[in-house]
Amino acid sequence: MAKFLAALGVVLTLAFGAPVMAQQPASVNPRADSVTEQDLLNALKPGQTVHGRTSILDDRASNLIAPGNKEWREIHQGIMSWIGAFSILGMAGGLLLFYLMRGKIRIAKGPSGQTITRFNSFERFTHWLTASTFLVLAASGLNITFGKFVIQPWLGDAMFGPWSQFAKFAHNYLSFPFMLGVVLMLLIWVRDNIPNGGDIAWFKAGGGLIGDQHPPAARFNGGQKVIFWSVILGGAALTFSGLMLLFPFRWAGLEGLQLSNIVHGIVGMLMIAAMLAHIYIGSVGMEGAFDAMGTGEVDLNWAKEHHSLWVEEEMAKKGGMPAGGKPVAAE
Amino acid sequence: MARMKFLCDADRCIECNACVTACKNENEVPWGINRRRVITINDGKPGERSISMACMHCMDAPCAAVCPVNCFYTTADAVVLHSKDLCIGCGYCFYACPFGAPQYPKTTNFGTRGKMDKCTYCAGGPKEDNSKAEFESYGANRLAEGKLPLCAEMCSTKALLAGDGAMIETIYKERVMKRGYGSGAWGWKTAYKETISI
Repeated sequence: MAKFLAALGVVLTLAFGAPVMAQQPASVNPRADSVTEQDLLNALKPGQTVHGRTSILDDRASNLIAPGNKEWREIHQGIMSWIGAFSILGMAGGLLLFYLMRGKIRIAKGPSGQTITRFNSFERFTHWLTASTFLVLAASGLNITFGKFVIQPWLGDAMFGPWSQFAKFAHNYLSFPFMLGVVLMLLIWVRDNIPNGGDIAWFKAGGGLIGDQHPPAARFNGGQKVIFWSVILGGAALTFSGLMLLFPFRWAGLEGLQLSNIVHGIVGMLMIAAMLAHIYIGSVGMEGAFDAMGTGEVDLNWAKEHHSLWVEEEMAKKGGMPAGGKPVAAE
Repeated sequence: MARMKFLCDADRCIECNACVTACKNENEVPWGINRRRVITINDGKPGERSISMACMHCMDAPCAAVCPVNCFYTTADAVVLHSKDLCIGCGYCFYACPFGAPQYPKTTNFGTRGKMDKCTYCAGGPKEDNSKAEFESYGANRLAEGKLPLCAEMCSTKALLAGDGAMIETIYKERVMKRGYGSGAWGWKTAYKETISI
């Protein structure tokens, strides 16, 4: 009986007592302390995102809204394209104008028939390894930036898709021999490319581009040193930013990838513009220049005009005989 | 034609992830690809809110602007779709998207990330409606059958709304009026440059 009364007491307490004990406010406003989108957006600082927690094991998925990404879009579709278009078309136009005004720079004394070794086979291999991969990288890079405006309209979607896919593969894979080429170039040519006082004199004299006199130059003149260092420094910037993009989210976050893309695009465009000038002067722009990277043997008169100090040095080394020189039959 | 939008009423979302599961199942999305996800803000704190987020099918879509191969297009229902025949998996759309919508089947760009995949608003892609080829590449095309995206259709608390923007805006406004609060139409300001005033 006592047991029953005790049990009844417990039941009664539960039935009537409990609500009294767990007294709650008359109404609950679930909005209290609730986040609102507008508050979160207002509190965002540049580069921040509205983020939370998600059950996906990928931190990137926890970003809800990243309004800052529109800044990358604006740079990517705006200033980047314009820098590329202006620098490349500007350089091409400038070179055309220069050619029309100055014409092909001839060897003043004419070819001597005697040659001197300018670049050995390993140097030429390094040059062409870098140059050939650069051409593919440049073409595929330009396709990514301007292809949709220039090529897609006349190639059509059915062809442009596979072509761009192929170009992207080529860009990804050929980047590695290009990087190797830049490293080899640095190793074999850096000692001849340290800037010195002679370069200032060379630039003051207009590098021989203006007028007919040829300022004295060692193995590489001031202009070539500029090309060398733009390849090395530009190549380093392209390598670094390119590796970030090749292995996304391994070393850089989203902001880092956006920045890498901007650096990669702008430096790439400037490199293309610089290489246009390099290709011009090494081929149609100057008589005798291509031989240096073609056979490696340049005409002695060309060498004396463009690299007087280097020829003197080489002559001294070989005891008066031009290196690799072929004797010419007496007339 | 309607202007299709998503609206997640965060005051109703209970983070059950049924929308995520429904999406994966309906579209047979591969492992690792999340066309939709639920994000909880202030998790475990008073006033936490969960929001189901996918592609918002933006007006003036940033993905389409930065795409180097123009693979995006906007349908008459204002749904942003893309062609996997054109896509080269460059990842630019992910850099530009404010909502993290683009997904890639592979995590590395070396070689390729694979063709981008994202929410299609259950509207398939640029293949014949409800063909096998369309399903394999893009998933279901419920819109062509007169149905709305399955994530919203299956939402147990009707937090996730899909349909004509003006209509779901009216529904949301009525809710806010009736209960007296609302945390906002998440993502609308970023996607459509205007939000629902509460």
